[in-house]
Amino acid sequence: MGHYVARRLLQMIPVFIGSTALVFLMMYALPGDPVRALAGEQYSDPVQIAALKAELGLDQPIWLQYWDYLTGLVQGDFGRQIASGRPVADVIAEAWPVTVQLALFALVFTTVVGISLGVIAGLRPNSLRDRGLLLLTLVLVSVPSFVLGRMAQYFFAFQLDLVEPNVSLDESWTELLLPATVLGALSLAYVARLTRTSVAENLRSDYIRTAIAKGLPRRRVIGVHLLRNSMIPVVTYLGTDLGTLMAGAVVTEGIFNIHGIGNLVFDALGHREGSTVVGVVSLIVVVYLICSLLVDLLYAVLDPRIRYA
Amino acid sequence: MPEKTAVDSQNSKVADTPVPATVEPETGNGTGKARSLWSDAWHDLRRSPLFLASSLLIVMLVTMAVFPSLFADGSPTEADLANNYLKPPNWSHIMQPDWFGYDIQGRSVWTRMVYGARASILVGVLVTLIVTAVGSVLGMLAGYFGGIWDTLLSRLTDIFFGIPFLLGAMVILTTFDKRTVWVVILAISFLGWTTIARVARGAVISVKQADYVVAAKALGASTSRILLRHILPNALAPIIVVATISLGGYIGAEATLSFLGVGLSEPVVSWGVDVSRGFQSIRNAPYVLIMPSVLVSITVLSFLMFGDAVRNALDPKLR
Amino acid sequence: MTLIDEAPMSPYQGDDPDSGEPLLEVRDLHVEFHTRDGVAKAVNGVNYSVKAGETLAVLGESGSGKSVTAQAIMGILDMPPGRITKGEILFRGQDMLKMSDEERRKLRGARIAMIFQDALSSLNPVYSVGYQLGEMFRVHLGLSKKDAKAKAIEMMDRVKIPAAAARVNDYPHQFSGGMRQRIMIAMALSLEPDLIIADEPTTALDVTVQAQVMDLLAELQREYHMGLMLITHDLGVVADVADKIAVMYAGRIVERAPVHELYKRPAHPYTKGLLDSIPRLDQKGQELYAIKGLPPNLTRIPSGCAFNPRCPMAQDICRTDIPALQPVTERDGGELVGRGSACHFWKETIHG
Repeated sequence: MGHYVARRLLQMIPVFIGSTALVFLMMYALPGDPVRALAGEQYSDPVQIAALKAELGLDQPIWLQYWDYLTGLVQGDFGRQIASGRPVADVIAEAWPVTVQLALFALVFTTVVGISLGVIAGLRPNSLRDRGLLLLTLVLVSVPSFVLGRMAQYFFAFQLDLVEPNVSLDESWTELLLPATVLGALSLAYVARLTRTSVAENLRSDYIRTAIAKGLPRRRVIGVHLLRNSMIPVVTYLGTDLGTLMAGAVVTEGIFNIHGIGNLVFDALGHREGSTVVGVVSLIVVVYLICSLLVDLLYAVLDPRIRYA
Repeated sequence: MPEKTAVDSQNSKVADTPVPATVEPETGNGTGKARSLWSDAWHDLRRSPLFLASSLLIVMLVTMAVFPSLFADGSPTEADLANNYLKPPNWSHIMQPDWFGYDIQGRSVWTRMVYGARASILVGVLVTLIVTAVGSVLGMLAGYFGGIWDTLLSRLTDIFFGIPFLLGAMVILTTFDKRTVWVVILAISFLGWTTIARVARGAVISVKQADYVVAAKALGASTSRILLRHILPNALAPIIVVATISLGGYIGAEATLSFLGVGLSEPVVSWGVDVSRGFQSIRNAPYVLIMPSVLVSITVLSFLMFGDAVRNALDPKLR
Repeated sequence: MTLIDEAPMSPYQGDDPDSGEPLLEVRDLHVEFHTRDGVAKAVNGVNYSVKAGETLAVLGESGSGKSVTAQAIMGILDMPPGRITKGEILFRGQDMLKMSDEERRKLRGARIAMIFQDALSSLNPVYSVGYQLGEMFRVHLGLSKKDAKAKAIEMMDRVKIPAAAARVNDYPHQFSGGMRQRIMIAMALSLEPDLIIADEPTTALDVTVQAQVMDLLAELQREYHMGLMLITHDLGVVADVADKIAVMYAGRIVERAPVHELYKRPAHPYTKGLLDSIPRLDQKGQELYAIKGLPPNLTRIPSGCAFNPRCPMAQDICRTDIPALQPVTERDGGELVGRGSACHFWKETIHG
């Protein structure tokens, strides 16, 4: 087991380097120009622009820039913002907690509600309630997050006056519930469907037939024999979901005006603050990689047929 | 990668299976007709309400995208000052410019909705085509030849999977000042091909080990023949399923990017942009926000339902 | 483990097993499946009975309805698509089809147990065999986890699994095919049921292991004096173990007979065909007989005798009239106990 974890951690390194390099390339090799974005119209003097570029190291070849960035990153140095001069690490640290909180809320909501709905539907495949769930998940998957967010805002804030349309600056956790629900809606639909399919499929398996033939009560057949097997694919999905949710927060945070990393990236993109964007994406990549490792380990706990060597 | 320990897979089920649905249709008196996966799927599809309803909607949306003038008079960018300031909908004027009212600039909400279909459908369809072509060729080659190609592709898809789709697309798109439909299509395709590549690779690997492919090899069939005649047709079903289901997702992605202001920009009409703008007048004229929102959702829903129906028909396990 | 010997394992006291009363009696059972191709008539009026200590072999090809009948008896038929349209299944004289779900559940596993064909897929992959064996004792007898595990080890010993105590926490995939089937047998036997239904218990096993497993099953059956219903498509398996045989075809019993009688003198062309298609040493060099054609499609069973399209003796009457299962007698009319054939030409078949 220890060997396996070590090997997996080693395997993460190239993926991490690759992902950050890819984002770095997209950020710097494509035609946008951070200095021009910063300077706007006043600094049209090419000499000044060149000087600023040299100062920021932007005149060097792209691979050298990336190497500098990566070596800094490994030492915990995310670089500085061009406009404000603040360390990017500080900026991210400020925005990070609220997004994590939002994504975790969404994850819990997704897991609890999604699995429950999926089990309820999967136990009676093709029944009315199964078709009802199918319809609900179809709608949830179809309505893009921004539409759902705006609609939720329209009904709960403007029509019913239940909540404020925007989350306040020192947000309390109750204010995050609505955004978290909106954020988790898509995953909820996937989790519910995955659970439903898995439950319905396992329900027809030979070992469930055996469990019934053993004279076990229905509760036990479902609770003990069916559920554990059915959770295996769901856990896999949920593992990669935290990273997705944190990234998906761009839309949700924009709509509810939450000052998390989504908003941060959005602003940074507007100002071509490369180090901030790459920093945030790198962190999300790390979250994604660690979650998938955890899931693989949990997988082995759920399914004894899987052995890591 | 987790690996399942070798579990002997010789489930030689010689005995009768309890569900007679698996009984061979051929009878002694030869009244049964042979069926393939595809004809079976078609048989199922024609009877699926999901398929019929979604096809109808898709035909309508595609017609809207190709011939918008059939559905709405006037131009989507025409700002009629007489209608300025949020003239409300007139529900009885079906398909007339004032059907769903006017937005803050005096433009017909309905006309803009109709003209917005083109960009959405174009992005959805073209991204799906590009991604399916690139992904399945790369995935199949990697899956079939294995070795270094497989390792390379696997690592490459790992890298792409690590990058959150939305953030990646935003990074690419913000570098362009003029964001046409083509820029958006290429950006989404660039990030999206890996899903299909993985599916194709997996399908090919499982088909490759099937007895009939081993048999074809043993009979001396050439590589290209095995790939085209045996592997491609049998690996096609999962690829088609994933491709059709993703189509709706790409339409949603385009709308989301446009909503965020990094997708399509003027003069292209985009539902995402309209939903984003509609928020300005949410208190006085919620319909400006709600109408395009509903249409985006219906469009994505139609394609997802279509994909679902195709999957149900092509996946014999779900029968 | 002393605590194991204290109480009788089963809370149920079997009443006199040798009274001649059948343990299980199936009467005129009909089962249908609704499929996309129409209604498949899987079982069409099956009658048979099993007494304590007796072994009934139910023989038939794929789709003959033998497994479906067993599932109907166990109450594990998938309904829908399956449906029992007619008939009775009496266990100790009580119709199980009229019992409540809870009553039936208490019978399952405790009084009537089943052994399945493919032990690998029939055992839950994510629980240890000890857990799955112990579950029988925990659920039906209310034993503690610890006592149940002790019982599980005892059962594994009884089916001759080496180093049972060491392997009790292993998972199904860690056992060989033969050992897994022993675990299935141990599970079925754990509460000393009155009746065991074994559905192709050795089909998935290697030939060498088949005999071991079959012998074990027969030995345990004698020891516990259970009724055994052995479902198989393999004539070789049944010869040594079974007392009587029922041959099924297209959801009907076409012939019944004490086991050795059947081998000696089949009274139905289908049985005769099956026996003739067994390779025999004394016929080395000759062409092996095979029944021509395929089993019928259950949604379109041929009219008359279902076997008529494949039967070498078929006449016009076979295409119109369904033959009833009638008693088979000696040439002089002398009674042949327990024999019956559903063939218009049984006389010609057995005596001809």
